Amino acid sequence: MKEFLLIFRNSTNPHANPSPEQMQERMNWMASVAAQNKLADKGNRLSATQAKTVKPGNVVTDGPYTEIKEFISGYMIVKTETIEEAIAIAQENPILKDGGNVEIRAVLQPNEKN
Amino acid sequence: MEEQNTSFHQLLPNLFRLEYTKMTAVIGRHFGLQHIAIAEDIVSETFLIAMNSWAEKGIPENPTAWLYTVAKNKLKDYLKHEKIFNDKVSPVLQAASQSELPEVEFSPENINDSVLAMIFAVCSPINPPSSQIALALQILCGFSITEIAHAFLSNPETIRKRIQRARKQLREDNFEIKTLEKEALISRLAAVHTTIYLLFNEGYLSTSENQVIRQDLCSEAIRLALILTTNNITNTPATNALLALLCYQSSRLQARLNADGELILFDQQDTSLWNQELITQGHHFIINACTGNELSKYHLEAGIAYWHTTIGNKNKWENILSLYNELLLIDYSPITALNRTFAYAKVYGAETSIQEALKLNLSDNYYYHSLLGYLYSENHVQLAISHYQKAKSLTQSPAEIKAIDKEIQALKNLL
Repeated sequence: MKEFLLIFRNSTNPHANPSPEQMQERMNWMASVAAQNKLADKGNRLSATQAKTVKPGNVVTDGPYTEIKEFISGYMIVKTETIEEAIAIAQENPILKDGGNVEIRAVLQPNEKN
Repeated sequence: MEEQNTSFHQLLPNLFRLEYTKMTAVIGRHFGLQHIAIAEDIVSETFLIAMNSWAEKGIPENPTAWLYTVAKNKLKDYLKHEKIFNDKVSPVLQAASQSELPEVEFSPENINDSVLAMIFAVCSPINPPSSQIALALQILCGFSITEIAHAFLSNPETIRKRIQRARKQLREDNFEIKTLEKEALISRLAAVHTTIYLLFNEGYLSTSENQVIRQDLCSEAIRLALILTTNNITNTPATNALLALLCYQSSRLQARLNADGELILFDQQDTSLWNQELITQGHHFIINACTGNELSKYHLEAGIAYWHTTIGNKNKWENILSLYNELLLIDYSPITALNRTFAYAKVYGAETSIQEALKLNLSDNYYYHSLLGYLYSENHVQLAISHYQKAKSLTQSPAEIKAIDKEIQALKNLL
């Protein structure tokens, strides 16, 4: 089993006003991953508004999205045999319908070379 | 004589179930858990004597009191023998407690306390949870190795070894079961809950070949859970949630069987047979469970069971599905995954749920194929039949086989 971090990116804030249907759809998706026993960590949602970026030279800017169109709205970790399985899971995430995307990154073990 | 024999053969297994653990607990408390085998021997011998004597002379007026008296005498004999041994062979090492023969008291109170003490002793954190449960099922509930294996979806040899290891661990642990310390009680409560939960499921899901539903096991589980509510330390929200769950589930015991002793699926049950008194009790415990912030898996399962007891609510399955969704996030199990998919099918239809079901990939699981059989039967009759046949090959329960045969026959009639 390998662990993969799924990073969810949106250009609009998915946490602002989700409809009950959207909430249900997201919950169904996550439960479906759990039902396959592939959920390692259900992760967290990340705020779009309570956000700061700290830079060298005592510079603090608002939000992560001043320079990029997309911001990270959440993350979770799945456990699968291959990255293809993780891709298949991500492809069913309802975020894709709302113009968002999912980045998949293998979690490296301490002695593992990249 | 014929008649008496029949009732004798019915009575003894029931009494064994009910009394074996109580007597073992009470006597076991005298010796400490290290010597639990002595208590088990004394109680087993008592039942052996009962079997022979009752077959010959008939059942005594008060069989339970008869058993207690014989067990007491057996214990006295044993202690006398021990005393002689100690007096003659090792007078120096003679334990003070053995200089006087203690009177064993089978009062309801002492039985309650002893069973509680015994439950917590057996569910020692020194053993991994799965071993704690297997051991508890054997010592506290009189389960056979095969039954435990079924409850664990494992094989008997694995369980036998697991129990042997666990017993050895307990002996080395040298845990005293005479007092009930708060810290020990709290740290072991979750393991105790799991044991009771499994015990109930063994009765409720009825894997036994002889009785389709072993109502006494369900009652035993409720009885053990009720013992937990009599103690301030163990009367927690999770304990109450567990009890609510057991009451809600038990309310359908009558409706789950037809006159021929066959299982009736939830959809086809006569709801007028649901036990409203147990449902009301469930309400009582679920309300008690909602004090504080604790949200255990039993809260979620009790919620699911609650919705099952409602009739004609249009959001019923949506609510059940979201509770299953939450449950899966805190506690994955194949059966929860399968049940969640069933609820999904109730909300979104069988056709769209087939993909959800296939993703579970539990191809060795009876319920998995049974579920696929159900989902396919709407539009893919051949596939449905083949999954039901696969399911049939994966179960030994006559009731389950019968139920599946019925489904297969109905599907074949459609072809």
